[in-house]
Amino acid sequence: MTNETTFQGFRRPDGRAGVRNLVAVIPSCGCALHAARLIASAVPGAALIDYAGGCGETEDDTALALQLLSQLGRHPNVVGSLVVSLGCETLNAGELAARIGQGWAPVELLVIQQIGGTRRTVDRGTLLARQMLDAAAGQRREPCPVSDLIVGLECGGSDATSGLAANPAMGAFSDLMVADGAKVILAETSELVGAEHILAERAANTDVAERLLRTVAECEAFLKATGEDFLGKQPSPGNQRGGLTTVEEKALGDVLKGGTTPVVDVLRYGEPPTVPGLSFMDTPGNDLASVTGLAAAGSHVVVFTTGRGNPMGNALAPVIKVTGNAHTYARMGDDMDIDASGIIRAEETFADVGRRIRALSLEVASGRQTAAEALGHVEFALIRLGPVY
Amino acid sequence: MTNALRIHPQDNVVTVLHDLEPDSTIDLGDGALSEPVAVREAIPFGHKVAIRAIAPGEHVVKYGASIGVAVADIRPGDHVHLHNLRSVRGAAR
Repeated sequence: MTNETTFQGFRRPDGRAGVRNLVAVIPSCGCALHAARLIASAVPGAALIDYAGGCGETEDDTALALQLLSQLGRHPNVVGSLVVSLGCETLNAGELAARIGQGWAPVELLVIQQIGGTRRTVDRGTLLARQMLDAAAGQRREPCPVSDLIVGLECGGSDATSGLAANPAMGAFSDLMVADGAKVILAETSELVGAEHILAERAANTDVAERLLRTVAECEAFLKATGEDFLGKQPSPGNQRGGLTTVEEKALGDVLKGGTTPVVDVLRYGEPPTVPGLSFMDTPGNDLASVTGLAAAGSHVVVFTTGRGNPMGNALAPVIKVTGNAHTYARMGDDMDIDASGIIRAEETFADVGRRIRALSLEVASGRQTAAEALGHVEFALIRLGPVY
Repeated sequence: MTNALRIHPQDNVVTVLHDLEPDSTIDLGDGALSEPVAVREAIPFGHKVAIRAIAPGEHVVKYGASIGVAVADIRPGDHVHLHNLRSVRGAAR
C-alpha cells in the first residue's frame, strides 16, 4: 500500500478528483443555520457548513464569507449545494448561489421567508439534497494519481510529543506527497513566528521568500496592534512545563510539519493552490478557522497532529488525526487515526510513520472513514476582520 | 536503552524520551556520542539536556537551528531550560 501512486477517487466534469460525494448545505446567515442543520441531519451525505455570520458585521467580513462559502460550494468533494437563506441578511445569498453555480455541480437557493418558514424549507431542502446525492450515486471511483490531491497540514493541542514525533513524521509525509506531485499546504502563521527565517530559506524564489516574511511580519504587527503581547506569552506556561523554553524552539517544532521541500507559493486565507509542491497559507493558529481555510482552498484531506488530543473535523475535507502521545492515543482512541508514539519509544522513525500517514491518507482518499468523520465532526469557523454589531 | 532523541546531527542538546534520574547516561540508540554524557539532575520527559559544553552567548541548537543563546555556562549533562537559555527573537521585540 505504501508504494501506491494512485487512490480511488471520483473524476469530476471539471477534471479535478473528488474523494467524497457530499451535498454542502450552506446557510447564508446565522438565522438560516438551524434550518440548514435540520436538512443536513436528515440526509446522510449532506454536510453542514456551520456558518453563523452574514449580518451585523463589517463589509470585509461579509465579503470574505461570500468568497470562502462559494469556494466550499465548489469543493471537489461536493456534488451539489443548497444555499439556505433567511431573506433579509446582508450577505447576498443570490450572489453566493451564482458563484457556486459557476462550478460544474448543481446549486439550489432556498429562501426561508419566501418558502414560508422552517418546516417547508427543511422539507424542500431534504428532497433536493437527496436528489443531488441520487444523481451522483451512479458515479464509480476510479484510479487517480496522487498528484490530483490537495492536502492540508494542521496541528492543535500540542504538547512535548508534537515537535518530537507527530510533526516531524508529518514532515516526512509531506515530503513523500510532494515527491508524487501533490499540492501540500502548510498553515498557521502565528505558529511560525520565530522560525519564519528557516522556511524563507527554503523558498523557491525571492518573491516567495519576501511574501512569506511579509505575511509573518504583518501577523505579528496585527497582534501587537491589538495590545496582545504575543511573543511575550510564548511558549505558554503549559509548553514550558512540557520542556519548551523559547518561541524559536516552539516555532521550529511547528515548521517541521512542512518537511524539507522548497516553499513554492504563499497563499491568502482560503486561496486554492495552483503550483504542485509545498505552499504556505496565511491562516490563524485557531484550529477551526485554519482548517476551514484549508478546506476552502480545496483540500481533499487534512492531516492534523495533536499531542493533548483534539477531536475536531471538517464537513467537506476528511481530517486524519496523528498523535505522538501514547497516553492520548489510549484515552482518546475514538478520535485518533494514527499512533506515532513509537517514535518516542524509539521503535519507529519519522520516515516509518510518514509512510504510514501516506498509506492511510490514500485509503481515506479512496473512501475509508476517519475517526472525526465517524463521529460526525463538522467544526467550522472563519477569521474575523472586524467586530460584530 | 534509548532514552533521548537528537533531532538533527548538529544539535548540542537532546530531548529526553522519558523521565531520567540523576546520573542516568544519555543513550541516543545509535552510539553517536563519542564521550558518554550522564545527566546531572533529574530531567522530566520532553526536557532538554546538553550533550556538549555551551558557553554564555553561544547558540543552543535543536532541530539544526538556534533556539536561543546560553545565558550561563552549560556543561554536558546539564538541564537546558528557562534558567540558562534565552530567546533571541522573543527578547528582540
